[in-house]
Amino acid sequence: MTTSSAAAASPQQYLAAQIRWRPVEIAFWLAMLTPYVLTPNYLVLASQIAITALFALSLDLILGYAGIVSLGHAAFFGFGSYTAGLAAKWGWGEPLSGLLIAGLAAGLLGYGASFIIARFRHLALIMITLGLGLLLAEAANSASWLTGGADGLQGVRMWKLLGIFAFDLYGRTAYGYSLAVLFLLFLVARRLINSPFGLALRGIRENASRMPAIGAASSGYIRKIYTIAAAMAGVAGALLAQTTETVSLETLSFQRSADVLVILILGGAGRLYGGIVGAIIYMVARDQFSGINPQYWYFWIGALLVAVVVFLPNGILGGLARLLPAGGRA
Amino acid sequence: MAGLVPAISLRLAQCSPRRDARDTSAFTRVFDALCAGMTTERAIRYGAYYHHAGCGVIGSAFGVLFDGFAYGMLLFLLSVGLSVTLGMMNFVNLAHCSFAMLGGYVTVTLTNALDWPFLATLPAAFLAAALLSVVLERVLYRRLYRASDLDQCLLTIGIVFMSVAIAAYIYGTIQQPVKLPSYLRGSVSVIGQTLGTYRLFLIVTSLVVAAILVAALEFTRFGAMVRAAVDNQRMARGLGIDVDRVFAATFALGGGLAGLGGALAIEIVGLDHTFAFTYLVYVLIVVAVGGLGSIAGSFAAATLLGISDMAGKYYFPELGAFLIYLVMVALLMWRPAGLFGRR
Repeated sequence: MTTSSAAAASPQQYLAAQIRWRPVEIAFWLAMLTPYVLTPNYLVLASQIAITALFALSLDLILGYAGIVSLGHAAFFGFGSYTAGLAAKWGWGEPLSGLLIAGLAAGLLGYGASFIIARFRHLALIMITLGLGLLLAEAANSASWLTGGADGLQGVRMWKLLGIFAFDLYGRTAYGYSLAVLFLLFLVARRLINSPFGLALRGIRENASRMPAIGAASSGYIRKIYTIAAAMAGVAGALLAQTTETVSLETLSFQRSADVLVILILGGAGRLYGGIVGAIIYMVARDQFSGINPQYWYFWIGALLVAVVVFLPNGILGGLARLLPAGGRA
Repeated sequence: MAGLVPAISLRLAQCSPRRDARDTSAFTRVFDALCAGMTTERAIRYGAYYHHAGCGVIGSAFGVLFDGFAYGMLLFLLSVGLSVTLGMMNFVNLAHCSFAMLGGYVTVTLTNALDWPFLATLPAAFLAAALLSVVLERVLYRRLYRASDLDQCLLTIGIVFMSVAIAAYIYGTIQQPVKLPSYLRGSVSVIGQTLGTYRLFLIVTSLVVAAILVAALEFTRFGAMVRAAVDNQRMARGLGIDVDRVFAATFALGGGLAGLGGALAIEIVGLDHTFAFTYLVYVLIVVAVGGLGSIAGSFAAATLLGISDMAGKYYFPELGAFLIYLVMVALLMWRPAGLFGRR
């Protein structure tokens, strides 16, 4: 992916070169703070973008790096969402520990599912992830005594963040909170990808049968990354539940799984910033278009998908990287 | 209130397909529940419960089997084309149900706006869907035969999004009614059992189509070429078979069958702009469970799925679609390549 001279040196040097912070990255994260000054009326949207970006980042870990195509990733998002929502409803409205509980719960679910996931490839894998996602959505729909069913989970009351910042209608706390969590988990993902573990994942993506042949059995790696990605998706779901103080069945839906896949592909899968850039473009465009007519919106997103697949096989960031070989791996 | 009645009657039919959805006692229940402040969805489930409770044939296993089989035949028509094209080119065409939706809308338009008889619109639905699929195949799909699964999924999901938006733009978001001729309505009595005439017609049509399909694949030169291409594409090319052209023809045939299925589906499951999405899941389940490229597999999987879905909705309505997803995951874990799959 990067220059061959770096790869030709020792693996340690290659990883060290990857992990160095580039000026464009620092500028990117500083720019993420500007909504407070430039668009203070859109902070609610901005917090939704940060949450979606985190969700897309979690999918990127398994799809972009390990090559596991999942059509049911919303299962973990929704599971985390309901866990955090229920914790708050039952009287524990502390946001940070709620986030932790939701992440652990979704991670546990992901760990269980990973034993199934690691056994399959190709169409069977896609169908099983889809089926597991639909199963969970149906279960949540049936258990309306617990989840509120189609009415959504009501009565979620959050305490003040760190005991200081109350969640307000303008999303000031929500955006700062979501952005901080996104940044922290981004650091985790960045460290993970630029480690020997991350290299092994890319090996699995490139050739699943050669990895065992060179002595790295792939199923253990797949189980680990799947668990991590599930926990991360659960945290994203929990953020949504906490910042909106409600949980709906839509968090588990196939639509959400498909949307996040589209977001990641638009941005560029297999790139750390792909999910984030995709989320920004997708959510801002949806906000603008759906004001005009929500049905047209799906026409344009469909047309965009077709165009990206036919003309920009590596997503928007991949296309940029081809145009600007120097700025490279943004 | 007026717009609510067809919507509720359709949801009732989906929850409890055995009974005539215009059953007034179930309606009264739904309206009572609505007035009592329940959400629409819950009120409908509540109504649907009484809907079958008031239905004398609840114990009739034969009735469930019959309806489930009819539903399974519908799924077979919708999915067989996808199964064969997936088996031949490994092309994941998620837009398959968009072709079915086109067939449905062709039938609705022709019967309602132009007063064509229902039976005459079926070939038109087939041809329209076949034409669209061959155009898409030549223009877009052929570029991606060697691309990854993921790229193919994304391109075709993009087409699904576009088709859903176009359908909503032209026809709006309401359920489309279809005018059936009188001889397809009502029910007939066969050996003491009351069977819906339309479902009987659906079963006979599907069986005839399946028989023609099997005969064409087994006994014609074109069928032999298709089988060769599914079994071993490179070998078939080596023997001088123009696999691309065979594929285009098969693709058109599969798209046409989906269009026919879409037209026949309106009376059973309804038609609105989300059809391409809703039934995509069912079609994928049939294909994955049946095994790629196998007509017998699609037939078996569609029957199994239709009956278990119907039995689930009928005996355990509170579980919803839970049962069929469970059946699918269990079957795939047992046989990842599907019931009849070889890879």
